[in-house]
Amino acid sequence: MTILLAIVTGALYAAGLYMMLRRNIVRLVIGLVLLSHAANLLVFLGGGLTRDRPPFIPLGAAAPTAPIVDPLPQALVLTAIVISFAVLAFALVLVYRAYETVGSDDLDDMKATDT
Amino acid sequence: MSGSLLPLPILIPLLTAIVCLLNLRSRRFQRAAALLGAAALWAAGVVLLRTVWNHGIQVVQIGSWPAPYGITLVADVLAAVMVLLAGTVGLAVVYYSLFTVDAARESFGYYPLLHILLMGVCGAFLTGDLFNLYVWFEVMLIASFVLLAMGGERAQLEGAIKYVTLNLMSSSLFLTAIGILYSLAGTLNMADLAVKLSAVDNPGLVTTVAMLFLASFGIKAAVFPLFFWLPASYHVPPVAVSAIFAGLLTKVGVYAIIRAFTLIFRQDVEYTHSIILWVAGLTMVTGVLGAAAQNEFRRILSFHIVSQIGYMIMGLGLMSPLALAGSVFYIAHHIIVKTNLFLVSGLAYRLRGTGELAALGGWYQSRPLLSALFIVPAFSLAGIPPLSGFFAKLTLVKAGLELEQYAIVAAALIVSLLTLYSMTKIWAEVFWKPAPDAADIPATRGGPSAIHDGLLLIPVAALAIVTVAIGLGAGDVFQVALRASAQLLDPAEYVSAVLGGNQ
Repeated sequence: MTILLAIVTGALYAAGLYMMLRRNIVRLVIGLVLLSHAANLLVFLGGGLTRDRPPFIPLGAAAPTAPIVDPLPQALVLTAIVISFAVLAFALVLVYRAYETVGSDDLDDMKATDT
Repeated sequence: MSGSLLPLPILIPLLTAIVCLLNLRSRRFQRAAALLGAAALWAAGVVLLRTVWNHGIQVVQIGSWPAPYGITLVADVLAAVMVLLAGTVGLAVVYYSLFTVDAARESFGYYPLLHILLMGVCGAFLTGDLFNLYVWFEVMLIASFVLLAMGGERAQLEGAIKYVTLNLMSSSLFLTAIGILYSLAGTLNMADLAVKLSAVDNPGLVTTVAMLFLASFGIKAAVFPLFFWLPASYHVPPVAVSAIFAGLLTKVGVYAIIRAFTLIFRQDVEYTHSIILWVAGLTMVTGVLGAAAQNEFRRILSFHIVSQIGYMIMGLGLMSPLALAGSVFYIAHHIIVKTNLFLVSGLAYRLRGTGELAALGGWYQSRPLLSALFIVPAFSLAGIPPLSGFFAKLTLVKAGLELEQYAIVAAALIVSLLTLYSMTKIWAEVFWKPAPDAADIPATRGGPSAIHDGLLLIPVAALAIVTVAIGLGAGDVFQVALRASAQLLDPAEYVSAVLGGNQ
């Protein structure tokens, strides 16, 4: 399962970067979405996959008895998902406004501020 | 009680932003609250630096969860200095905004955003936890995105797309590096990482993660070859926004690099820090050459930010007490000077409605005081004694010579000369040459009144005085920088302050 998820993560990174290399601004945003998904999945994998071991302490004990899943990466991923949701929502609006103002979805038409 | 005032630099901007948002309809109230909040932040910075100086590293465990389980706020000398600088620049920029930002932006929440930006910056300086650092980065980024795009002019949107894309990519890299580091060490508390990483039996992977962090922070700090978003976006928003971006945002990246590569990644200093040294040299040179090719006030200054970042990283690459002190000195000098230069460029923009050098001119004749105020930061940037930049560069060059790194020293000196060339270009075009024929100049935008111009000179003059003061009191500033670098080079004090008895 870990290997499968690792491959999926790698594929997401590759797909995200590929989409970001396109000139279309919508593809650019999709690329950013995929990239943030890939990073989230990687953090999740970083904690290791442990099935059916919720991090509960049994009644009466002071510490968990059996090996448990590490809850911290999941908390981190949750935070990261919320942040990327907000940021990507902003990116979508920005791209739409840029499309309206410039009248094109081609990044090559948006080089006025470059040097 | 130790460090109970530590969260203040985060809480003050947060409260200011909340109060401003609650009174979004009253622009007058927002302006008063924003100014008051910035002044309070500056005062908190002063008190924090005094406390850290007198009582050593200050630590707060949020929610009383002992480190490394909870989130820790830490202030060593470097962090306290950075918070004070953020407060200084914040105060100057908020004051400057009162007279330059238009009513529409003010009604759309300009001041709350500015304070949220300051909160993110101070949070990034004070946190002792890598994931928390990521969160502060995002707080800072989302505020800067909106500030950059607010107004919706075409140039702003185009600049914002590049800024947003590259910064989001940097965030993804940061998160990736955090994920791998966590799976290696099982902790994200920086002090705890400093202890545990030395026990990791996979030094190659640690170095790889270190490079991921370098790339991620490098995009934010705008080092070579990752700086292209900066000159494409920093000249598009209102000048007040440019000024605070130029002064603070890239420096947060530099701070993160310095923190990560003095505290956490010290396994393979030979390898990582020689890469950093190369990056530093190339950043200096490409930045200054880019500036030489530009003919617009703020674009020239934007490229100079890139060039100056090289000097700050150079001290880290050399990794000696003197060199790191030079870096700290340089950051302090640069934040003040660069913000000031952008504020001056804003006055040029107000007068003519453009920053193109060809359309400006004759200021030396018509505005001698402003010309004098431009000369101070410009000469300081180039490193003319007795201004702040001279001592910063002197320290770095001396450190380089001591370590016999002659190539980087030569690069630093030549770049310094080219910086002087750029500043001379601005001086000759904007101040010295006769004003171009009024007929081919676009009409002044908004018709600034003379009273406002007088009031606008106050922050410019204040920052210029700070620059001169850093130069004249270089001995004292250098003592602070030396102590900061001593703390950076010997993480034991930081680690024991954070972890206490839990090591």
